[in-house]
Amino acid sequence: MKHHLILRIITKILIAPILLFALYVQFHGDFGPGGGFQAGVIFSSAFVLYALVFGLEEVQEVAPPSLVLACAAMGVLLYGGVGFASFLFDGNYLNYSVFFDPHHPHEGQHLGILLVELGVLITVASVMIAIFYAFAGHVPEPDDEDW
Amino acid sequence: MTEESILGTVVVDIILFGLLAITAVEIARLRSLFGVVALSGVFSLLSAGLFVTLDAVDVAFTEAAVGAGVSTVLMLGALSLTTQRERIPSHTALLPFFVVVVTGSVLIYGTLDVPAFGDPKAPVHTHVAPEYIEGSAEVIDVPNVVTSVLASYRGFDTLGETVVIFTAGVAVIAMLGSGLRRRKNGQQK
Repeated sequence: MKHHLILRIITKILIAPILLFALYVQFHGDFGPGGGFQAGVIFSSAFVLYALVFGLEEVQEVAPPSLVLACAAMGVLLYGGVGFASFLFDGNYLNYSVFFDPHHPHEGQHLGILLVELGVLITVASVMIAIFYAFAGHVPEPDDEDW
Repeated sequence: MTEESILGTVVVDIILFGLLAITAVEIARLRSLFGVVALSGVFSLLSAGLFVTLDAVDVAFTEAAVGAGVSTVLMLGALSLTTQRERIPSHTALLPFFVVVVTGSVLIYGTLDVPAFGDPKAPVHTHVAPEYIEGSAEVIDVPNVVTSVLASYRGFDTLGETVVIFTAGVAVIAMLGSGLRRRKNGQQK
């Protein structure tokens, strides 16, 4: 795709704002629409766009498949880990109120929601990228007639 | 809500639903799979518009990002692994049409019992919703109630959803491979 000059330049300009917008959606989810699911999809779309214009091998230099797979599991582990962390403070599973002072539950709730949404972001973004890799990197099996 | 704004909402609803119906019929009619994928993106975007008119901006956001964005790209990726045109079926469309009509009638019959949109006495608004709305402001201190319900009150559900997404990724990788084995240079360029 060496000749798509305009596409390549526009993509280079767009990647950073897309990633930034994903982070905005992530961390503004407490105040407006959005959260880990939406942010994860937007975050992965930057990688998909890069792959569409520059090729799969280029984007796999930035995000190797092994790293993407590890991150997909890390997000779920982070979410589940936050649940286990509340056991340490004598709380129920995924009860964030107990993290700090039990008389001010909102401090713990803020931290818990932040971490949990981060886990969702990591898993959703990684799984979307991984599924895209699986489709884009798959060489179709030859037809019976091609043999 | 003033009368003009109600009228405006109704007009927007009619336009969106009309376009949605046209898109659905075209998807059923088209044999070119490329066109079907493009139209399914249009369908998702129109649904996202409908969710906005229902004040469900979080759902609309997800629908636009997932349905119109990423899944269109994934469908195009799947399309590159198969043929461009759908085969003309050998049987008539009478049985599928019958199934669709019956299912649609059952669904419409089901909506007859549903409380009116925005009815404050609807069961969904009288059970735990008031507690969530109050608690979101006082206990959790997060202005967006959707986020506090999703991440805190319904944290178990969201954990389940995250695991579902993870499982979906694992399933696709199990079938198609993770792309870990790089394609040999020159073979596919």
